[in-house]
Amino acid sequence: MRDLVSYLLQIGFLCRKELLALFKEPASRVILIGPALMQALLFGYGATYDLTNVPYAVLDQSRGAAATELLARLDGTGVFHRQATVATPAQIADAIDAGQVLLALNIPPDFEARLASGRPAPLQVILDGRNSTTAGLAAAYVGSVVGAYNATRVGIVSPVSLETRAWFNPNLESRWNLMPALIAALSMLQTLLLAALSVAREREQGTFDQLLVTPLTPMQILVGKALPAIFVGLLQSTIIFLIIRFWFQVPLHGSVWLLYLGLFTFTGAAVGIGLSISALALNMQQAMLYAFLLIMPLMLLSGLLTPVRNMPEVLQIATYANPLRFGMEIVRRVYLEGAGFRDVAHNFLPLLGVAAVTLPLAAWLFRHRLA
Amino acid sequence: MAPGFVRRFLALLRKEVRQLLRDRSNLAVGLLLPGALILLFGYGLSFDVTDAPIAVVMEDGSPTARDVVAGFSGSRFLSPVPAGSMADAEQRMVRGQVNAIVRVPADFSRQLAAGNARIQLVLNGVDSNTANAVSGYVAGALGVWAQRQADRSGSRQLAGAVTVEQRMWFNEAGNSTWYLVPGLVVLIMTLTGAFLTSMLVAREWERGTLEALFVTPVRPLELVAAKLLPYFVVGAIDLAMCLLAAKFLFHVPIRGSLLVVIGTSLLYLLVSLALGLFISGMTRNQFQASQVALLASFMPAMMLSGFVFDLRNVPVVIQGVSQVLPATHFMGLVKTLFLAGDNWGMVWRTCLILALYAVVLIAATRRTLRKKLD
Repeated sequence: MRDLVSYLLQIGFLCRKELLALFKEPASRVILIGPALMQALLFGYGATYDLTNVPYAVLDQSRGAAATELLARLDGTGVFHRQATVATPAQIADAIDAGQVLLALNIPPDFEARLASGRPAPLQVILDGRNSTTAGLAAAYVGSVVGAYNATRVGIVSPVSLETRAWFNPNLESRWNLMPALIAALSMLQTLLLAALSVAREREQGTFDQLLVTPLTPMQILVGKALPAIFVGLLQSTIIFLIIRFWFQVPLHGSVWLLYLGLFTFTGAAVGIGLSISALALNMQQAMLYAFLLIMPLMLLSGLLTPVRNMPEVLQIATYANPLRFGMEIVRRVYLEGAGFRDVAHNFLPLLGVAAVTLPLAAWLFRHRLA
Repeated sequence: MAPGFVRRFLALLRKEVRQLLRDRSNLAVGLLLPGALILLFGYGLSFDVTDAPIAVVMEDGSPTARDVVAGFSGSRFLSPVPAGSMADAEQRMVRGQVNAIVRVPADFSRQLAAGNARIQLVLNGVDSNTANAVSGYVAGALGVWAQRQADRSGSRQLAGAVTVEQRMWFNEAGNSTWYLVPGLVVLIMTLTGAFLTSMLVAREWERGTLEALFVTPVRPLELVAAKLLPYFVVGAIDLAMCLLAAKFLFHVPIRGSLLVVIGTSLLYLLVSLALGLFISGMTRNQFQASQVALLASFMPAMMLSGFVFDLRNVPVVIQGVSQVLPATHFMGLVKTLFLAGDNWGMVWRTCLILALYAVVLIAATRRTLRKKLD
């Protein structure tokens, strides 16, 4: 019993020393807390796929009432803003080339006449495909405005109507998808780097050798190094979580406890990777570079920006080694869908797998890799 | 040029090159990581939804109803999965196996005869992009069906209606790889600078070797130049890799002149390296330098430069922040050069801005290296 207490006390001392080393210096304190706050706000506003402002140009060669009404409907959406009314097709090219408008409408001279005589009247929509995703969304939007216009003008109602409803995110706001993912992604960036530098820094400064000759076992060193890093990760996650919940008002549907259980497991796996890197690296420069070498693919293959399902089969299999993918999935599903433990249990397995490999590996490397 | 300058510069350069080549981790990040990223970006990332699984609940088993949903299997964007009941379909959606549920209600054919049939589409809104795309495809498939019905019955359905003729300039097929790969050039140039140079000066401060240099005749500018040049070469190799992959692996067109693409990219590379070096000189601490480099240069370049998120849709304040980033200016230019062609007004404006950044950052770095001890 007494052995256990002293065992735990020793870990506690190491944790305390690690936390002091991290938070004692004002600059480090700022670096560990400020960015999470700033990034959550910046990316919360900046990282959106939703169209809120589509500047467009018009080349109206028909000058008829139908064209005017159609344009009025477009302007009425609040999303389309007429930036230029041009006189020649060449001016359309100029406006698009310069990035002044996202799309241009070309209304042919016979537009009015064709409509009046009951023939189909083509409306040409020219899109700036330099960001084809945004352009595609804008085109779909124009299509729906035109569809509504047709329906009221001719009174054609399609025999089948589609009733659409979206679960978990009724207005289909992309921010709702992205921001919960940031709870995991942003904190992982810094935590992994922190863990990767922790042992490497002591190696470089020579204090790691001193740590190794203390009565601490590698397991104790591991826990003492891992817990403070996990703590910092959870602290950052909490900051981002609070901003998303209370600043951006994205409603939380699931249990906070499950969310944190997921985050703890995920951060543990990330710290395990970081500590393994740290134990492998000979100096801080190497530790940092190896960490970056991993962080980038981890971010890209996580489903943060593009869905995992769109990836080729081989890469989808590779993502099973990526804790961020599963950490993000747990956070998204618990946060937005209100998923219970049984719904997300399978996502814990890869996380535990990564932690079970990397944490012992780091402990083993502490003693077996001496420069 | 003074011979002393050249001699000292060459000596410093030799030391930096050796240091770069001896440490494998430098080359791993400098050359291996860009290679891996190129492949990931080209093959792994895509916004184009294909084969989205949707559950189809047929509560009406009539031939007409089956005909309606038959259109979904023909689409390469949708991959319909039959579901026995709504409860079954909902279960699949909760488990994340399908992106949407299409439900054809029991009274569908009866209502269709009366002209107001309804089909219910339930989307999983978590991934709003995919949800939007799926909703568009389902509506499109229904539209095609309605059109065919109308043709069959011989009524002139589209009489006097406006039809949309869509033309996507610069990226006719609307393939997202075409704008992701040019963006990759920006990210890789940013990463080379942020990750490789950000430790250089901080390391020397921590180890005290910079103070040793202060007693030599070496001038700050010589030091800056000697530290930049080797990494500039690494960045240039990365650029060549990017361009070759874009052209031959992913077949992304480079419509602007190659010389302009290379010239502006190298200018941006210089800015990015100088930014890394400035961070390094300012923090004087490897731990802080690495964190700041990641947060100040790489993350904003990925999230706020207009790489995937169109800056037209963000609030004015965020637009202001993004304009401060050199990456934003270069991102706009490089996408234009790849997909649209030479736009000289834009080229000169961006070059001017980037050159200004380079001069300011190098001057600032030089200041951090003044021979002064705390």
